[in-house]
Amino acid sequence: MNAPISLLKMRFLTGLQYRAAAAAGMLTQLFFGLIIIMVYVAFYRYNGEAQPMMLKEVVAYVWLQQMFYALIVLWQFDGELFELITGGHIAYELCRPWRLYPIWYAKLLAARLASASLRCAPVALVVFILPEPYRMPPPSPAALLLFVLALVSGLLLVTAISMLVYISVFWTMSPVGSVLLVAVSGEFFAGMIVPVPLMPGWMQQVVHLLPFRWTVDFPFRVYTGHIGAQEAIVGIGTQWVWLAALAAAGQWLMGRALKRAVVQGG
Amino acid sequence: MRLYFRYMSILFKSQMQYRTSFWLLCAGQFFVPFTVFAGIYFLFERFGRLPGWTFHEAALCFGVIHMAFSMAECFARGFDMFSRLIVRGDFDRLLVRPRGTVVQVLGSSIEFTRFGRMLQCAVVLGIAVSGLSVQWTPAKVITLILMIAGGVIVFCGIYILGASFCFWTVQGLEVMNILTNGGREMAQYPLDIYAKWVTRFFTFVIPFGAVSYLPLLYILDRTDGPDLLYMAMPLASLLFLAPCLVAWRVGVRHYRSTGS
Repeated sequence: MNAPISLLKMRFLTGLQYRAAAAAGMLTQLFFGLIIIMVYVAFYRYNGEAQPMMLKEVVAYVWLQQMFYALIVLWQFDGELFELITGGHIAYELCRPWRLYPIWYAKLLAARLASASLRCAPVALVVFILPEPYRMPPPSPAALLLFVLALVSGLLLVTAISMLVYISVFWTMSPVGSVLLVAVSGEFFAGMIVPVPLMPGWMQQVVHLLPFRWTVDFPFRVYTGHIGAQEAIVGIGTQWVWLAALAAAGQWLMGRALKRAVVQGG
Repeated sequence: MRLYFRYMSILFKSQMQYRTSFWLLCAGQFFVPFTVFAGIYFLFERFGRLPGWTFHEAALCFGVIHMAFSMAECFARGFDMFSRLIVRGDFDRLLVRPRGTVVQVLGSSIEFTRFGRMLQCAVVLGIAVSGLSVQWTPAKVITLILMIAGGVIVFCGIYILGASFCFWTVQGLEVMNILTNGGREMAQYPLDIYAKWVTRFFTFVIPFGAVSYLPLLYILDRTDGPDLLYMAMPLASLLFLAPCLVAWRVGVRHYRSTGS
């Protein structure tokens, strides 16, 4: 079980090399956060009281989204793995004495952790001292603890989902189409574009049937206390059920894919 | 200009070689702004309206900006991807040819898959226009077209500016994303809902306000002052393009090859 862990460490260190990119990303994230909050402030000015989420909760939601963007966004895909599949280098990968699923899983996890750890802390420092109404509200200690748990589970879950996308490339052989569709719809269902409680009722029902909301919407609302402690504990359990199901499905599909894998290229 | 069309037809033919992939990407591109637009629709459904703006008015703003963005992304892709030319040293090849650098870089890459995105924007514009109770005079139609054209020019200007920086930095600058993607995200809503500093920056420094917000007031009959001034506002985008082109020329003169 050592191989995945050392790979995780290696990947993490590679990711840390791109410091300038991280600084630029941080500025971009602050700007985007400010713009999105201004839009919500304008919406809430007109009809703010009757909403299922308070403006403060939305502000926290937006900042968390920007801070942990690299951690939970489905859109982050590793071109290298796609090339392995479509370019035929998968053959080397298969020669190595380990099981593919945990290795790839560890790689993806590490890439996410590395880019998020660089961006999260500096953004966090800034958003807690911004003037109202942009300032990030601090959480209660209990909510913070539950949030960390929910965020970690969400991270594991989103990585499992992205594994399924990679595995699908064994069949489609062309990453762009399937990736774009899954990423765009997944992002929407996760609550990246509009927080789930602000969606209309029928849309919320659809969202609750899918795993995506457990990766973004759920942890962020645990942070603000919009989801209470009791509900949060149940929710974390649900996250793990999804995680187990998706990881099992991924392992099984990957096994099938590898059995009939055609090595591309000469 | 003839040269540019030649580039265009060659690139189109080469992209059509992978037909399935092309259509899939087009379809995917169709959905990218679609979810954003759905988000805006849901927000309007929940909150009723923005202060001073109805859903269809905001949709018009959204349609214009996204249309301009996808057209700029399609045709000015060469400048967007310019750092690649520099890193590989391919820019040298362009310099020895007896044609202008701007045309050649423009022709180096065109993303036809963005047509999917344009189609989606056309749908949004259709929804907006059919939902507005505006008397469409020829002058207003011209203003609408000017707005889109002006928007394309502003985005192209930003791409050219970003590409010019590559002469010094070699690598592309991620900060330029604030101006392109960030500018798009911001200008998809009417500008007056933002804080003053944002509005000012994006009107006087980068004239998004001049191509979307001000002429929009004219189309919606909310102007106070001479209409012609509001109509002609999108032309301010040319004022923005000029310094970008100057930066480009300075950059080209400064250029040192990275190739071996």
